[in-house]
Amino acid sequence: MYGAGMAKGLLVTMKNFVKPDRMFTVQYPDRKVSPTELAKMSGVGVFTFMRKNPKTAFKAMTGQMTVPARLKQHPRFRGEEFTWYEQRCTGCASCAKYCPLGIIRIVTSPSGEQVQEGQKYHLDVFDIDIGRCMFCGLCVEACPYDALHMGSGFEEGKYRRKDLVVTVDRLKSQPKHPSTWFRPQIQGKEGYHPHGEKDVTWQEAGRHEQPSRKHQEEKWAKR
Amino acid sequence: MAIRTEPVTVNLGPQHPSTHGVFRLRVTFDGEVVLDVEPVFGYLHRGTEKLAEERTYVQVVTLTDRLDYVSAMTNNLAYVRAVEKLAGIEVPERAKYLRVISSELQRIASHLIATGFLLQELGAFATPLMYCFRERERILELFEMLCGARITVSYMRPGGVLQDAPEDFWPALDELVKAMPQYIEELEGLITSNEIVLARTKDVGVLTAEKAINASVTGPMLRATGVQWDLRKADPHEVYDRVEFDVPIGAIGDTYDRYLVRVQEMRQSLRIIEQCVKQIPKGDIRSRTAYFIRPPVGDAYGAVESPKGELGFYLVSDGGIAPYRCKIRSPSFINLTVLRDLLAGWKMADLIIIFGSTDIVLGEVDR
Amino acid sequence: MEGQAVKAGFDFLGIYGFFDGLMPESLDWLAFLVAGFILAFAIINALVVSTAVYTWFERRALGKFQSRLGPNRWGPFGLLQPIADVVKFMSKEDTVPDGADRQVFTLAPIVFVATGFLVFALIPLGSNDWLSRLNIGLVFIIAVTSVNTLAIFMAGWSSRNKYAMFGAMRGVAMLISYEVPMALAIAAVALASQSLSTYTVVTNQEVPFMLVMPLAFFIFVAAASAEMSRTPFDLIESESELGSGYHTEYSGMKFALFQLAEFMAPIIVSCIVATLFLSGWRGWGPIPGQVWFILKALVVLCALLWFRATWPRLRVDQIMEFAWKGLFPLSLLNLFAVATEIQLLRDPVTGALTDSDMWAMAAINWAITGIVFLAVSRMFARKQLQRPLPKPSPLANMGAEAE
Repeated sequence: MYGAGMAKGLLVTMKNFVKPDRMFTVQYPDRKVSPTELAKMSGVGVFTFMRKNPKTAFKAMTGQMTVPARLKQHPRFRGEEFTWYEQRCTGCASCAKYCPLGIIRIVTSPSGEQVQEGQKYHLDVFDIDIGRCMFCGLCVEACPYDALHMGSGFEEGKYRRKDLVVTVDRLKSQPKHPSTWFRPQIQGKEGYHPHGEKDVTWQEAGRHEQPSRKHQEEKWAKR
Repeated sequence: MAIRTEPVTVNLGPQHPSTHGVFRLRVTFDGEVVLDVEPVFGYLHRGTEKLAEERTYVQVVTLTDRLDYVSAMTNNLAYVRAVEKLAGIEVPERAKYLRVISSELQRIASHLIATGFLLQELGAFATPLMYCFRERERILELFEMLCGARITVSYMRPGGVLQDAPEDFWPALDELVKAMPQYIEELEGLITSNEIVLARTKDVGVLTAEKAINASVTGPMLRATGVQWDLRKADPHEVYDRVEFDVPIGAIGDTYDRYLVRVQEMRQSLRIIEQCVKQIPKGDIRSRTAYFIRPPVGDAYGAVESPKGELGFYLVSDGGIAPYRCKIRSPSFINLTVLRDLLAGWKMADLIIIFGSTDIVLGEVDR
Repeated sequence: MEGQAVKAGFDFLGIYGFFDGLMPESLDWLAFLVAGFILAFAIINALVVSTAVYTWFERRALGKFQSRLGPNRWGPFGLLQPIADVVKFMSKEDTVPDGADRQVFTLAPIVFVATGFLVFALIPLGSNDWLSRLNIGLVFIIAVTSVNTLAIFMAGWSSRNKYAMFGAMRGVAMLISYEVPMALAIAAVALASQSLSTYTVVTNQEVPFMLVMPLAFFIFVAAASAEMSRTPFDLIESESELGSGYHTEYSGMKFALFQLAEFMAPIIVSCIVATLFLSGWRGWGPIPGQVWFILKALVVLCALLWFRATWPRLRVDQIMEFAWKGLFPLSLLNLFAVATEIQLLRDPVTGALTDSDMWAMAAINWAITGIVFLAVSRMFARKQLQRPLPKPSPLANMGAEAE
């Protein structure tokens, strides 16, 4: 029958119209919520919620209530930031060497204190110019001491190019929520997600087991 | 008295809604009919081949992501295969299967984009496009699980893949493989038997098998002409010789055939993925290779069947840590060579959909 | 049947009468002017506001069809989005391309919008609303909608852009072609209702004409969606081919006027369809006629939206073929059938048609429609749906090599 194909197409679109569960819009940075959802969030029934907060409920019913929303990301998502542990870094500059774009700048001086095993270089400068970075993660892959990790955030928009350079101070002060990209030892942890509150300490971030204090003392005594 | 008419030359692009990026066609029209077409490209030239000469073999992987930016996995695979041939690197079994799974997923994603944009160019107001993007989104989520990125994946490395799939990848993949056939069915219900689509695409832009072979056209465009040529069968790389799949071909090589071949290839890709999931062994995912690979002096050509056709990398080594020369045989670029023959004599609206059905990506054309 | 006596409602006579009563005899002309202004103000604002709401509705509904959300940020459920759009349009620079014909360039959007307002004035929203008793309403509608063509050509020609010119040329060819079947479909309506006034068309429409002459309904909807250049006939501004067709060069408020006219067109068309084929404000029960009318118009609007969300576009020659080889003969057939039926069925003395006559006509016309559609699908389906089976070419066959 002529026109049957067109009618079939109409049915397909109508099926998608009445079935909203396949809606794939992601609302970001905040999303609209319905009163039911708000009630569920505050842990009370819908009617109780509406009686207690009539104003908020009305706003939600007219579609004006928003709550902040984060994107659903896999813990492996490699975002546009880095997490760095100064305790683990020896300043070997492997990351700088392996960077395809040569945007990591490292200046070290032999004045670092003993943190893990033996002496260590002190990092005077550790600049990552994320304005030119393509976030391929080769630097993270190359890091022999698991000091550098990918992060999961991506809100790095700045008004000036020079603000895009991530300095060593910023890396130090940042909360430590690394991505589990190429770091299965973090992934192995129960329920870790970079969006969570919990920091990953420098001991946890390494791929090798931490030698105990006793082990270290014995090892150094043997020398 | 006859009215004097003269042909008019129009620049379609570089800014035009349906040139797939920054492509320019200098078209001479006689009214609505295309008289002559002159493709002009190079607006997206980034010098990938030259850049590759100054990167180590591993670093070049990140550049290949940006060639055909809707199918980064197959680009990675083609390059990595060339390096492995050059340096004689063995690949663990599990890595081979992971490579095949990810590149078949990428093929589905790429064909979805091709189909969606073809329909967009046919004038269906974004609905099929949105459906295609919706299904593609699920595939990109799987890529995010595999390698942390959705488009620029950089997943493969010479000697294997970057990292093993996480535990939650396999259930998600199963779910996708189960759900995908009915999505494709839905998409087909919207398009395949639609009389308007048939009227627009059937017998439009016919490419004959002789012409296609003479112009070394590859991929779905070649298969739509009836030539059964698929590198996955003709030169089975990775584990393609261990899985069963058909090579769908078209009847006469028109725009509709190109669309049909793509849709059927998506189904075949799902078949391949299903078999791979069953066969995949446990074990290493990356052989031990030096970070700075120094292949012996020589050259190698590695090619895979990318969603657009035969994607090949020709590498020449001088024994150093970086390729001496890297030549990319990009299917989009070579499929464009028949463009003038395809377009001349058709109407403007046909020009757009014939051009859309060749499914080029400008990142690959200009390199 | 409602009384033929003119009741003073919200129409020109009512307003004029009100002001005439207030003013002395010598100021009749002033009352006339004031009444005219009030009416124009009401029509324009009603249409503009409903268009604004409709843009929101269309975008939301299209979003749902495409399984996404659509505008949802401004105001409740994104209802203030049209206002945000207008503010954006107004703050844009109003550019006129170098070498454009300035006056025509400026005039085109105004002409384009004005036709919509003129047609809307004729729509009888209720049993006694607005200017609807113009006794040549149907002719007026046909005449005014064809002015659209002029506006499109003015815009395309004056902006000195090849894409705009393409769009304009296509537009002129298409719109003029579709005028013919549309006028013939309206002629069938005029025959059946024995009137040219939109008001009388509704009052004489005991049985909705959609049931009486389905073929005319189909022809009219197809031709009207071509007239307002919506999918599958949107080749005037086909954005995947021409950028945006005849209004490629427009920006700012001029572009906003084009957008306004474009979004106004579906509203007007659905109003006309509701009037001519769905028996206007007539309905059952205590629900007022205006509500019935709006409901009917809304159903047509949603159907047009549904088509837009689903179907691709036809090529220019296919569209012309559809008009001249498809709709034109069909509309002639329809007109002939309707005229013959009326001649046979009507009361020989008064010439009036009863309800049972209408139902008899409906039966005959449905039969004709069915036969026509079967014949057409026999003719085309075989040609179009059949394809040769794929056969591997011997040139480079992997299977052949293996054997």
